[in-house]
Amino acid sequence: MERMNVVIVGHVDHGKSTFTGRLLADTGSLPEGKLDQVKAWCAINSRPFEYAFLLDALKDEQAQGVTIDAARCFFKSDKRHYIIIDAPGHIEFLKNMITGAARAEAAILLIDAHEGVQENSRRHGYMLSMLGIKQVAVLINKMDLANFDETVFNRIKEEYSQFLTSVGVKPSAWVPVCARDGDNLISPSERMPWYTGLDVLAVMDAFHKELPAENLPFRLPVQDVYKFTAQDDDRRIVAGTIVSGTINEGDEVIFLPSEKRSKIAKIEGFNVDPRSSIGTDMATGFTLTTQIFVKPGEMMCKTGAANSHIGTQFKANIFWLGKNPLVLGKKYKLKLGSARVQMVVKEIINVLNAAELSSEHKPEVGRHEVAEVVFQTQKPIAFDTADGHPLTSRFVIVDGYEIAGGGIVVENRSNRSGYTARLEFDSDWQMTSIDAVKRAQRAGHSAAIAIVFGAHANELSKAIETSLFEEKIAAYRIGATSPLQWERLVEMAYILADSGQVVIAAISGTSHDVVAVSDPLSRFPIVPIDSDHCTPAQAIEAIRTRI
Amino acid sequence: MNHLDRLEAQSVYIFREAYRDFKQLGMLWSIGKDSTVLLWLARKAFFGHVPFPLIHIDTSYKIPEMIAYRNEKALEWNLNLIVGQNTEALANKQTYPDGAIDRIACCRALKADALKHTLDGTWPRLRMNHETRQLETDTNPTAFTGVIVGARADEEGSRSKERYFSPRNQDHDWDVADQPPEFWNQYKTDFAPGTHVRIHPLLDWTELNIWEYIDRENIPIIDTYFAKPGGNQRYRSLGCFPCTTPVESPSRTVKEIIEELRSGKFANIAERSGRAQDKEDGGGLETLRREGYM
Ligand SMILES: Nc1nc2c(ncn2[C@@H]2O[C@H](COP(=O)(O)OP(=O)(O)O)[C@@H](O)[C@H]2O)c(=O)[nH]1
Repeated sequence: MERMNVVIVGHVDHGKSTFTGRLLADTGSLPEGKLDQVKAWCAINSRPFEYAFLLDALKDEQAQGVTIDAARCFFKSDKRHYIIIDAPGHIEFLKNMITGAARAEAAILLIDAHEGVQENSRRHGYMLSMLGIKQVAVLINKMDLANFDETVFNRIKEEYSQFLTSVGVKPSAWVPVCARDGDNLISPSERMPWYTGLDVLAVMDAFHKELPAENLPFRLPVQDVYKFTAQDDDRRIVAGTIVSGTINEGDEVIFLPSEKRSKIAKIEGFNVDPRSSIGTDMATGFTLTTQIFVKPGEMMCKTGAANSHIGTQFKANIFWLGKNPLVLGKKYKLKLGSARVQMVVKEIINVLNAAELSSEHKPEVGRHEVAEVVFQTQKPIAFDTADGHPLTSRFVIVDGYEIAGGGIVVENRSNRSGYTARLEFDSDWQMTSIDAVKRAQRAGHSAAIAIVFGAHANELSKAIETSLFEEKIAAYRIGATSPLQWERLVEMAYILADSGQVVIAAISGTSHDVVAVSDPLSRFPIVPIDSDHCTPAQAIEAIRTRI
Repeated sequence: MNHLDRLEAQSVYIFREAYRDFKQLGMLWSIGKDSTVLLWLARKAFFGHVPFPLIHIDTSYKIPEMIAYRNEKALEWNLNLIVGQNTEALANKQTYPDGAIDRIACCRALKADALKHTLDGTWPRLRMNHETRQLETDTNPTAFTGVIVGARADEEGSRSKERYFSPRNQDHDWDVADQPPEFWNQYKTDFAPGTHVRIHPLLDWTELNIWEYIDRENIPIIDTYFAKPGGNQRYRSLGCFPCTTPVESPSRTVKEIIEELRSGKFANIAERSGRAQDKEDGGGLETLRREGYM
């Protein structure tokens, strides 16, 4: 039988636990004797019986009298098994509400008919939208306190649906209920004959299972690359979970941001029948036809398809949960897909106060606020934007040791793809105070970067350095044999060129690879030199015309 | 993709996250059905390998078949097995079976304390030597920073609040009221020195799922879970023999157990009802759990 996770959200005391407890009781889903046990406990402690007590599995929760965490309970209808996540409504526990809601495929939002729309009714509605939960039903609860009056129901429905529309949530149903007495939960209420819609159980059964993202372009965040040598295993396996799409043996793939390419040799597995194709949500692994160095954190896409963006700057909508506010310039860790990278906040565009729904300009984002910000990452990463591919646009922000916020990328703001020099990133890093023109006047030449590639890059670059040095030109040669070192090479070249020197950078790649290295250095004149077709004299000549 | 594929994929993902981020990673292995499924899932995640040690806390009151099964599989599957024990409490006869303390205190001494000191490397522990095929003193007892555990949310109340990645402080305490948020498959993998993280790949599995998966994958399971031919008794949950009683059940195969769970008499009886310590006081387990007992 099918299973579905449904989260119950809403403002504190609007009846989430009562609703859940009553639903479990009315559908006969409680363990034998549980109801009597709780009733007896209430009698002994001379407290009125509450369905909410059924859910209070933990001691300290009973003592405090509020749901602090998303507790799970199980029940089944004729159609499917439900896992009910009872999310806390108290603002202090927003992160628990998010944890509960993020696991759900659908949500039930409760509003107290007597109190009407409250701060967390709005905040939770907003969070559901951010978390990407599309199936939502709204219950107007405690209708007994509103004399089961249709006009009260309609008034709240109108007010709240306006808000939900503004954040992009479209409820599938609005149901007036009295959770405590079970009205409209699993059968129509005699006390509200004016309501002709479905009861809550029927509304839940009408939720549909979310379809896996099979039709979106292929994405697999590379979680790890394994090479276990035990028992003579010589496989090198690229492992991860397929977020969307399908892949077959023989398909050509590209890894981002490194832009390395290869082909799927074999879909690997343990204790499964061999297969030539594998799809969305499967945790799997592949061997490739060529030996390329891929790092955990890269995004595997298919060549020729719509691929992820590569960049170092993006605009995002975020929610903040941290004890300390999110501030400009401070370093945070970004976790997006399998990528982990340091980043800073470049700009806080605006901060939305969920309680009043007003937006304002502020230098920081406080706890439980939502905001629009621009981030700058230390290294390029692959990501998607929410309108293109929502699943790989999502990220979390780590402050110190804690996950302190989450968000979705809405726009790529990077001014170039490929590497961006780390130096531009470090806001506390001090650069020279002498103007480049003055430097050039003193030295008699300006800076440039010669990128020497091909099979003879080593010998040729050494020859160039010696000749330039003899000609009294400030020249310095660096070289990297592995693409893994290119990032460092770029950084060093940047510094050396910034100091006014002529940099001769030898790489072991082809003309294709020159782009990857030169792109972030485009501030300086770039002289590509093909060591297979170029003499030292020709190279010197090419450099001389640029300095 | 059916529900078992889905559960498997989620667990494998969690295993790989843990392996990537925790340098000192270990996994508890109680020999029971849950932790044996856990072990199988590790082999799924790492393509037949188990690239971290398995830790077994031996109370000395385990059913002898369990120890035999443990040693056999450790050798057969090339497992890095570590065994810890509260040797002092056992030597001084400070246990429940010796009549010295009550059940909860006994669990605390033989399981919680033994676990704590085995994990942080402060008590001597044993390691399987695959050459001599013997357990020998572990000469390099490092502290674990990540510990994989087979807890399931449906087992009992306190476990339904666990996270997939659940931090424990220096004293191994679990702060239920202040847990990290978990969403979009991103977990708490950064932690302060001295603290460690419990990792729960089986959190979303039910008892029925466990048996369905054992059936599908044909996982070898210790046979104390099955009734003997003609018998009417079997264990549903394995603990120490002085505190675990068998249940009345004639089920002799995995399929029969699944049938019994789906429709039969266990549908409304808690799995751990054969564990005496659960009944001793209302919040006993939760208290112990905070202190580190699984
Ligand atoms: N009159 C009335 N009270 C209700 C109803 N549902 C819940 N309550 C009461 O509202 C209070 C808060 O309910 P609870 O379920 O704990 O709210 P939660 O904080 O959203 O989980 C409790 O005292 C319930 O008895 C209802 O339908 N009618």
